[in-house]
Amino acid sequence: MSIEFRSVSKTFDDGTTAVEDFSLTIPSHETTVLVGSSGCGKTTLLRMINRMVDPTSGSILIDGQDIAGVPPVGLRRSIGYVMQNSGLLPHRTVVDNVATVPMLTGVPKRKARTDALELLDRVGLDRGLANRYPAQLSGGQQQRVGVARGLAVDPNVLLMDEPFGAVDPIVRDELQRELLRLQRELGKTVVFVTHDIDEAFLLGNQVVILQRGGRIAQAGTPKEILANPADEFVADFIGAKRGKRALHAERVDGDRVLLVDAAGYAAGIVEAPGGRISVDDLALAEAGAGPKSRSVSNKTDQAGDA
Amino acid sequence: MDWVWTHAGAIWALVLEHIGLCVPPIVLGFVISIPIGWWASRNAAVRSVLLTVGNILYTIPGLALVVLIPVILGVPLLNPVNIVVALTIYALAIMVRSAADAFASVPEGVQQSATAQGFSGAQRFLTVELPLAGPVLLAGIRVVSVSTISLATVGSLVGISSLGDLFTDGFQRNFLLEAVVGFVLVLVLAAVFDVLLSTAGRLLMPWTRGARLSSRAARTVAMPLAPAVRR
Repeated sequence: MSIEFRSVSKTFDDGTTAVEDFSLTIPSHETTVLVGSSGCGKTTLLRMINRMVDPTSGSILIDGQDIAGVPPVGLRRSIGYVMQNSGLLPHRTVVDNVATVPMLTGVPKRKARTDALELLDRVGLDRGLANRYPAQLSGGQQQRVGVARGLAVDPNVLLMDEPFGAVDPIVRDELQRELLRLQRELGKTVVFVTHDIDEAFLLGNQVVILQRGGRIAQAGTPKEILANPADEFVADFIGAKRGKRALHAERVDGDRVLLVDAAGYAAGIVEAPGGRISVDDLALAEAGAGPKSRSVSNKTDQAGDA
Repeated sequence: MDWVWTHAGAIWALVLEHIGLCVPPIVLGFVISIPIGWWASRNAAVRSVLLTVGNILYTIPGLALVVLIPVILGVPLLNPVNIVVALTIYALAIMVRSAADAFASVPEGVQQSATAQGFSGAQRFLTVELPLAGPVLLAGIRVVSVSTISLATVGSLVGISSLGDLFTDGFQRNFLLEAVVGFVLVLVLAAVFDVLLSTAGRLLMPWTRGARLSSRAARTVAMPLAPAVRR
């Protein structure tokens, strides 16, 4: 279930251009994170995948099929969608919220509910919450229900629009770990939108940093981007220059990159011929970090493991 | 009070006639206002025109309307349809505004979420927008119900039977008790309708009860999960 954007542009009725000539291939069974500040078109791009927004020009292909010819309602039912503030139906109980889409597609109510209860287990929610209404849950619990609902039709593609943006940092951390665990188990094609670069590096196998108008500033694995920011914008965005990041790269010479943690200690050296760097190199470098290096434990590290 | 008991049968018949006059306008007002209100909630221009028309309609004196309608519809003055049509117009004048507000009150995020999940337009309207507009629709229909029951008495002035007959008759015969009985019965009937509507609302919209418990319920459930939050 790879997703391909082919020179996609979107100009809204009011004349604003959200996305201009955007091309990207999103590989299957991996998490791709679109990250950027507000106004970079990331949500517009996400919504084009399930035809909530139709492109003005260009095309989007899922597994080689142009979705412009796929009826939107059916397309949306086959794609999981998780949004900020959960978007749960306030008048339906938790179990009915999760069972909603399967029931729309004709799954009998009883079976849809049984499946929904299993999904609650899967996302780490107590079945005792099944008959509550969304307003009776905490924000973190609502987001879990949102994820369970997104998985209810066992979609190949899961779209996540800043799903953890409105919960407090501790709960967000917990939900992020949960998503990594789920993704290890399920291997969906996840497209995740966020403005939080830490979240992007933690969750993404592929991270796409966007500038205004959906222009790709850099796309690559978290480690590629960290080791080799494409330009000033990326370096600034990932916070490398400001020393904000717990782990960042410092160029030693043309072929070698020094990774340094927030306190300025060397974490490892990576061979990067021609400035390019592979994940394998990085993993090796980290495994063999010298005795003077402090152990590296931060989100960037987990991203590589995910 | 003896008068009440000796005339219980006749009074009861008036109560039934009054109900018969009021139920159709309340139901019609509700049903017709839903598509109009939905339309108004989507379109600011439509909304402002409809609400202005509604306000103007509501200012037409009841008696004038009851006399005008037979002329327009070509039905006899004494036909109860006149009252039903007049009351429906008043019901709409109130209810269209409520319905427009009701559909505007459905959170945009929930609607988008429903669309993103794959609800078709009709499914979304019937199973998401309509139920979520419910609480405001209910508030509107309760006002309509009370107002209709009170307005229906005007029919007595043109000879269409309702509890209003007790006022007119009581005043004409200078028999205060009869007028008071009519007055009290109108109040009681309005109260009964209101209780029925709010009970129906609670049964049909159970989530509106749940919301009030929300904070406490969330806390008690969050407790067992607390250790999992700690890392």
